[in-house]
Amino acid sequence: MEKRFVYADNSATTPVYPEVLEAMMPAFGDVYGNPSSLYSKGGEAKRILDASREKIAEVLGCKPTEFFFTSCGTESDNWAIKGAARANASRGKHLVTTKIEHHAVLHTMKSLEKEGFEVTYVAPDSEGIISPESIVAALREDTTLVAVMYANNEIGTIEPIREITEAVKAYNNKIVVFTDAVQALGNVKINLHELGVDMLSISGHKIHAPKGIGGLYIKTGTRVHTFVDGGGQERNRRGGTENVAYIAGLAKAIELADKNLADAPRIAKMRDRLIKEIVEKIPYVRVNGSLEKRLPGNVNVAFEYIEGESMLLLLDMWGICSSTGSACSSNSLEPSHVLLSIGVPVEVAHGSLRLSLGRDNTEEDVDYILEVLPRVVQRLRDMSPIYPGNK
Amino acid sequence: MYSEKVMDHFSAPRNVGEIENADGVGEVGNAVCGDIMKIFLKIENGVIVDVKFKTFGCGAAIATSSMATEMIKGKKIEEALELTNKAVVEALDGLPPAKIHCSVLAEEAVKSAIADYYDKNGIEHNINIGCDCNCEGCHKHDH
Repeated sequence: MEKRFVYADNSATTPVYPEVLEAMMPAFGDVYGNPSSLYSKGGEAKRILDASREKIAEVLGCKPTEFFFTSCGTESDNWAIKGAARANASRGKHLVTTKIEHHAVLHTMKSLEKEGFEVTYVAPDSEGIISPESIVAALREDTTLVAVMYANNEIGTIEPIREITEAVKAYNNKIVVFTDAVQALGNVKINLHELGVDMLSISGHKIHAPKGIGGLYIKTGTRVHTFVDGGGQERNRRGGTENVAYIAGLAKAIELADKNLADAPRIAKMRDRLIKEIVEKIPYVRVNGSLEKRLPGNVNVAFEYIEGESMLLLLDMWGICSSTGSACSSNSLEPSHVLLSIGVPVEVAHGSLRLSLGRDNTEEDVDYILEVLPRVVQRLRDMSPIYPGNK
Repeated sequence: MYSEKVMDHFSAPRNVGEIENADGVGEVGNAVCGDIMKIFLKIENGVIVDVKFKTFGCGAAIATSSMATEMIKGKKIEEALELTNKAVVEALDGLPPAKIHCSVLAEEAVKSAIADYYDKNGIEHNINIGCDCNCEGCHKHDH
């Protein structure tokens, strides 16, 4: 078998598209002015900034004045959660989120707990879905913020954000609803007007823009404190000279991502074939997360009797880039909190594998993964003292 | 993240397998922690004439098993008992801090297999297998 390179870790990051790089180039060259400067050199940069914001607002279905540029998804999550929790603290100090959020949300919540906020972490069902009812059940009179991710980065589940928002608003219209849409953007059509959330965070590098650019939608009228104080940029909401080149790149990437949504069914077909054939070819395997409400490129499986990091390393030797929820792949001692929350036993979670396909993947990539993966799993099982032998 | 030595022993591990009717078998770790090492010894006249291992674990766990078995092969039991996790780490040109516990596991798997040999042959010993699978404790120690 000829070795090939297969990038199957698109949920981790994506390559910058040439069109995106091209859109960034003017700001790296002649358009170097500071958008805040009044002379025409600044005006050139300001025009890029404004046009980028307008393009993004058009695609996402919000007003340009409701979209703010940040340095990354994590900053957006920090801003939204800390900003809203603190700004609404006079009404209450109870926050609601879920057990499957990204660490950018979970660790922000933990940080607020130290400030005296109380946080309820709602569990998903065994498919990884957060029901509106479970969120409403956690609400209290002093709840001020609900944060539920749009799509999960590990198991790819797509959460019913619109229904959750409706249910929360029906309970108490003043509760701020925030969703981390970092994984959803580019995979799910996001229409902020219809979605109804008060805040939504995004990141550029998951959709073929560079690392180091993100954004936060804040619906007009939402009470949120400023997170980065500074010189009055972003309508006094987020200080710091605007990263004009990256902002232009983000706008181009969002425009392309919207067009490329048409490609989702092709990617979903590859995903479904991968899942089906992995289960057929490899015994002692478990598929994690809902098969219906799932990101088009997400495959998450766990193999018993082997450990994920060694699987990842062997796949890398075959040229396949993947990811695992094993504790050994991180610096923590616990395997993935997401897998544990949907009831995957700890020892099985150690053997989890995430493959996230994107637009650049082909059926040949899927064939190759299906050739290599069973060999890698078998090789590690043959070395494993707990492997009972094939059925 | 890993040294070339670690990757070498991970990708082409030495002494993988089992020994039938082994003179000593040691198993340490557990699946919940994410690593289990099992070492089999063939002992003749106080010398480890053959050694095999089976490991469930990460790249470092497999590499330390491989290196530890290489280091005790052909050695007298007394010499093998002197194997420290530190020596395994050094032989592998280092391990990331979070992976030091894998080398501890390798040292203990060897000791546990020798203890089993002693027990089977009615030889008194005071080999102490220290891992209680309190991973936190392991990471904090300066081994």
